Amino acid sequence: MKNILFVMLATLATPACAALNIFACEPEWGALARELGGDKASVYVASTALQDPHRIEARPSLIARARSADLAICTGAELEIGWMPLVQTQSGNARIQAGQPGYFEAAAVVPLLEKPARVDRSMGDVHAAGNPHIHLDPRNIARVAQALGERMAALDPSNKNEYETKTRDFLERWREATARWEKLAAPLKGMPLVVYHKNMTYMIQWLGMREVANLEPKPGLPPSTGYLTELLAKLQREPAKAIVRSAYNDPRPGEWLAERAKIPSIAIAFTVGGTPQAKDLFSLYDDTLERLLAAAK
Amino acid sequence: MFRKLLCAAALAAAMQGALAQSAFNPDLSLILQGTAAYSKQNPDDYQISGFAPSGGEVAPPRRGFSLGESELVVASNIDPYFRGQLVAALTPDNAVEVEEAFFQTLQLGRGLTLKGGRFLSAIGYQNPIHQHAWDFQDAPLAYKAFLGGRWNDDGVQLKWVAPTDLFVELGGEAGRGRTFPATDPNKNGAGAWALFGHVGGDASASTAWRAGLSYLSTSPQDRAFEDGGVVQSFSGTSRLWIADFVLKWAPDGNASNTNLKLQGEYFRRAESGDLTFNATTGDYSSRQSGWYLQGVYQFMPRWRVGYRYDRLDHGTVSNGLGLTQADAPLLLTDYNPTRNSAMLDWSLSEFSRIRLQLASDKSRAGVTDNQALIQVVFSLGAHGAHTF
Repeated sequence: MKNILFVMLATLATPACAALNIFACEPEWGALARELGGDKASVYVASTALQDPHRIEARPSLIARARSADLAICTGAELEIGWMPLVQTQSGNARIQAGQPGYFEAAAVVPLLEKPARVDRSMGDVHAAGNPHIHLDPRNIARVAQALGERMAALDPSNKNEYETKTRDFLERWREATARWEKLAAPLKGMPLVVYHKNMTYMIQWLGMREVANLEPKPGLPPSTGYLTELLAKLQREPAKAIVRSAYNDPRPGEWLAERAKIPSIAIAFTVGGTPQAKDLFSLYDDTLERLLAAAK
Repeated sequence: MFRKLLCAAALAAAMQGALAQSAFNPDLSLILQGTAAYSKQNPDDYQISGFAPSGGEVAPPRRGFSLGESELVVASNIDPYFRGQLVAALTPDNAVEVEEAFFQTLQLGRGLTLKGGRFLSAIGYQNPIHQHAWDFQDAPLAYKAFLGGRWNDDGVQLKWVAPTDLFVELGGEAGRGRTFPATDPNKNGAGAWALFGHVGGDASASTAWRAGLSYLSTSPQDRAFEDGGVVQSFSGTSRLWIADFVLKWAPDGNASNTNLKLQGEYFRRAESGDLTFNATTGDYSSRQSGWYLQGVYQFMPRWRVGYRYDRLDHGTVSNGLGLTQADAPLLLTDYNPTRNSAMLDWSLSEFSRIRLQLASDKSRAGVTDNQALIQVVFSLGAHGAHTF
């Protein structure tokens, strides 16, 4: 009798599958967690590539999923400041609160670019910690993978070896892919671009491209006709090769400008799921480079 | 050259110092609000026919220019175990009002959160939302009639989120009973009890929803108001039920360009006890209800339109004193108040909003109050996170 009770209690205390329950704020971290965790990780992704990561709402479904998570993986650097703090406090989950091992911020292990010397809202919705859109530089993905693999192993020590092996294997494949992408992207060096939001800075820096202008007059503010007209004049003085937006950005402002400036306006996946081709982190980079190279011709 | 370098290094160090220092300061934000209002009727005479006055700030805004409440919000994690928040409203007549001052646990785990202090109760949908985040300048009539605008008691709240993929949240509150419908009893123990349950989820990538049911029980003593020149007072029990839902839609769940929000709440209150009228006391019981439905649509970045319909049902009010409408014209009318409101707002950024609101308010029996107002809401400082 006692034994039966004990078994019942034990089954109640441990979830049906013993996998590490992961809540990923953005698709890129969900994809990375799947690479490093394999079948040991059960991953829920809180947002899609078609949604602006700044403007997710603390929806009931997010709170419900965060409630049972062992690990929340977010970008940090204030990217999720409008929703994740609420999800954390409302979830009643002690493990994923800020400062706990179950809350992992990718931006914390990456050197951030564009750290403002002073912050003032007249500059738009700037992030005081620096630009948080770190995932389109493969060297950042490698840094995050290393730290995340260690974190997963620490949280689920019974599968430590598995996470370590998977992380090593991923980093090896990632190193090879990075070398291949760098060779492939050589024609992009020096390519002048207009980007919608300052969310491609890391990729532009990695590939030596040039950001001529943003469609947003200030970070976070929607493009206005007046500002686009100014941009058109600027592009006549300082031409760009293409206008690049993320899958979640409104295509219309870029198309308006592209038509008048006679340059292509293209969308890149930005993260996993943003285009049908971008199925995981590797194909995200393959697809992004292919689209940029096509625009560079 | 060397001096220049030294200077730069010192400056950088000083700046880093400043940042590191401020990192330990709580998040600070300030909401500035103001209105320019027109109303055909005098807001000072405002009352809702058929309903006992709730004593809250329920009247339409002052006519002409007026400063709204300036809200100062200070919030921070206290230590790994608690979070704290203060919301102080600086009212236009130079008073400071504590809207919220509470602690909240972070480490109870198992889906449990305990809150204590003064806080906006989790009953209903709109109740826990701060005024500056409402989609209309004023509260729905049901909130005005049944809660004096909102319920923010002093007390404790325990809340539990179920470990399921469907969002299920259950909670209870014990409070002092500081404001209407309670009467701030001077006693040991709790003067108000509330229970609430919410369920919610995503119907698709584009649609999220939440529905809830709440209950508030209070025991008002000598809750008095003047009706027809005579003071009447009620002692007994007051039970309020609220059913609420909200549905949010955006194409692919991306609310940046267009999105739609639909919300509605139904209130039902039963009060029973004694009514004292002109120094005589008799039985009293009432069953009254009210509801509203509103929709807000963002049709392009920065621009939203909204419409709200309010209705209160006078229901049944019976008394053992034989009082009629001639004795108590406010309470014993057969009138059912209604209101139509429309709004258009323009948000230059996430931190500023300018709103035009028009309303045809039939709260008072036989009188139509046409209202128009322009409201401005500005948020300074830390980026707030808004509840769903």
